[in-house]
Amino acid sequence: MVKEIERAGIPVVHICTVTPISLTVGANRIVPAIAIPHPLGNPALTAEEEKNIRRKILETALQALSTEVTDQTVFEVKY
Amino acid sequence: MSKLRVVHYINQFFAQIGGEEMADYKPEYREGIVGPGLALQTAFGEEAEIVGTVICGDSYFNENLEKATAEVLEMIKAAKPDLFIAGPAFNAGRYGVACGTITDAVKKELGIPALTGMYVENPGADMFKSSVYIISTKNSAAGMRDAAPKMAKLGLKLAKGEKVGASCEDGYIPNGIRVNLFEKERGSKRAVKMLLAKINGKPFTTEYPMPDFDRVPPCPAVKDIAHAKIALVTSGGIVPKGNPDHIESSNATHYGKYDIEGVDDLTSDTYATAHGGYDPVYANEDADRVLPVDVMREFEKEGKIGSLYRYFYTTVGNGTAVKSAKAFAAEFSKELVADGVQAVILTST
Repeated sequence: MVKEIERAGIPVVHICTVTPISLTVGANRIVPAIAIPHPLGNPALTAEEEKNIRRKILETALQALSTEVTDQTVFEVKY
Repeated sequence: MSKLRVVHYINQFFAQIGGEEMADYKPEYREGIVGPGLALQTAFGEEAEIVGTVICGDSYFNENLEKATAEVLEMIKAAKPDLFIAGPAFNAGRYGVACGTITDAVKKELGIPALTGMYVENPGADMFKSSVYIISTKNSAAGMRDAAPKMAKLGLKLAKGEKVGASCEDGYIPNGIRVNLFEKERGSKRAVKMLLAKINGKPFTTEYPMPDFDRVPPCPAVKDIAHAKIALVTSGGIVPKGNPDHIESSNATHYGKYDIEGVDDLTSDTYATAHGGYDPVYANEDADRVLPVDVMREFEKEGKIGSLYRYFYTTVGNGTAVKSAKAFAAEFSKELVADGVQAVILTST
């Protein structure tokens, strides 16, 4: 789906846990997530802490969308 | 029993008429064997006989696809073959397309058993591998000695209506059809053997080859993210509670599009996941963990983004065919473009 969206001319960032799959499939902007069943959350944390990491991941995603890339790039989240 | 009648198709080069300068050569029918047909005839032995050969220039065929196909079909039909063989085309692109086109037409329009052969990366292979049998050959004519017996063997099977084996047994390019079979050794033993071979740097054959993934060049970055309209898309199966469109928990056949206007937070009362294959507890408790509507709304209020697109698109990635996912996104991307969405955040579980 990532590639078809990009093919349509819309920049797309893929937030996913298993980044090697994303790389194999061919996403260009990738942000690593937390875990498969809760990519943008962590039930072990308090609701506030959890929302905070979600913000960090999404801020990284926005940064990825604002960054020119020529090749597949994984944007690490700074927690 | 009389010998099976075979008609063979080759290009101007293999007919020794000429190279590129003769690629406009119009279709011609000759009685008997020409060029590489000899290797096929040897492989057929007494079982079949190449009664005629159709020769056509590669450029002529490709530039006049419909006309050339009709002309060639007419010649083949007139020879009343029991089997038709084209090529092999090895890695010659136009020849591969010609072989695939004509093999497909013979099979569909004349109802005569037909096959061809080419190198796996020949563009004709991708175009026709799911509609006709294509023997996998080397990338140059030096592979004729390998290819001829395989083509002859599969050809005889097809002509006699015998059961065709798996692609690895009969040497054709996998056509996407899966057949159940019993292995002699159980999975754990095979897996350990494969692992040992891998560790020792020895060759091994995967039982689950990954599909070939193509590449799309990255789009330019969003210039002004603070004023951009951004859409959320997920393969994590987040749907309004109750899954109104019945998106399947695996091998999804469709996707959903849901309005989130006025929705600031996904709660366990309103949203859940339809996704199988991972523990749904966390997503059902708080779907923002997969589809982060809550934080995107905050970003919207804070001016970090222009706006969150009014709808989100969702499907289940679990075991869903690449082909399906591709079709889903190709379809909804048109809507995203039409609605002026400037960037997409796609989340996967």
